[in-house]
Amino acid sequence: MDALIKKRIKQVIKGDQDAFADIVEIYSNSIYQLGYRMLGNRHEAEDIAQEAFIRAYVNIKSFNQDLKFSTWLFRIATNLCIDRIRKKKPDYYLDAEVSGTDGLTMYSQLSSNAPLPETELESLELQESVQKEILKLPEKYRSVIVLKYIEELSLNEISEILDLPLGTVKTRIHRGREALRQQLRYV
Amino acid sequence: MKCNDEIVDLMHEYLDEEIDPKNEMILREHLKGCKECETLFNEYKKTIAVVKGTSRMQAPPDFTAKVMASLPKEKKKVGMQRWLRNHPLIAAASLFLVLMTGSVFSTWNQEREFSVSKQDNLVVQNDTVIVPEGEVVKGDVIVRNGKLKIEGEVQGNVTVINGEQYLASAGHVTGQIEEVNAVFDWIWYHMKKTAFDVIDIFNESEK
Ligand SMILES: [Zn+2]
Repeated sequence: MDALIKKRIKQVIKGDQDAFADIVEIYSNSIYQLGYRMLGNRHEAEDIAQEAFIRAYVNIKSFNQDLKFSTWLFRIATNLCIDRIRKKKPDYYLDAEVSGTDGLTMYSQLSSNAPLPETELESLELQESVQKEILKLPEKYRSVIVLKYIEELSLNEISEILDLPLGTVKTRIHRGREALRQQLRYV
Repeated sequence: MKCNDEIVDLMHEYLDEEIDPKNEMILREHLKGCKECETLFNEYKKTIAVVKGTSRMQAPPDFTAKVMASLPKEKKKVGMQRWLRNHPLIAAASLFLVLMTGSVFSTWNQEREFSVSKQDNLVVQNDTVIVPEGEVVKGDVIVRNGKLKIEGEVQGNVTVINGEQYLASAGHVTGQIEEVNAVFDWIWYHMKKTAFDVIDIFNESEK
């Protein structure tokens, strides 16, 4: 896949806009997922993901082709999320998920290999508490936790994405883990 | 009572998958004998499991199409600005050479005649040049004072001077497409041509 991405990037740089579609297709789910877990609702997740891809397109010539494209893309997207969190009123995002229709859409989205309704409901409740607790984390812990456990990236990649020393990333993961443990240990 | 932080640090090392075998032994030994630490450790592992277990969200099905539709159309002027910014030295040198030769304005005014580069499979109807569907035109296509319709393929660059080009959805151009329509564009076109001639000289100093 890396070879395909490299090829597409070269085409985009040469002015072939259509070649960008494959890049969007390959990373759309993970970038959308990042936005959803960072911001807590689908609308903003889509918004931020779109903006991340547009920025990547506009700035593609500044991308160092020797590096991993996904790291660069995640950096753009994570920064956009963090900016958005900082601009938000602090109480807004806490309510967004609890009250809204998002739970329902998530419910309707749950996996197709249909488990028993009761289990499904339980798992839905669990999903919602996890999401709520992730959203309660201060942004600096939230980003490392989402990158590590939702996007399943390595500590080194996270340190590159956030432009932070490895030691800082570890400390933040440890604190994030501790905060989540305190909230989630009885679920 | 809390056990010392060293054990908690070892737990984190373990969870980060960075623990060395010796420390892992120490941790395991301790957990065997300490209920409290064992509970803590299990809570960490459970927390990670539920976070990892959240269902994976999918971007909306029309996501890619929406992104593609909102990408900025790469305008000629934008391209030019970026080029000027990235190559100020070459730009200055080229402008100097172009103006020195003084031929730009006169050639712009003189060359009002319809003309087209010579490729056998180009079809000319009045002032419109057509790259027919299914045809492959090899080499750069240059049209002056006329229109260009691309329904087939051009293996090279396309330049339309004082006219317009239309690329059909089935049409394809392997190189760059460029329209030159105003005197300013015309200068720009010359500058770039000159620039590519002088680029070699500057390549060394640019690096
Ligand atoms: Zn202990």
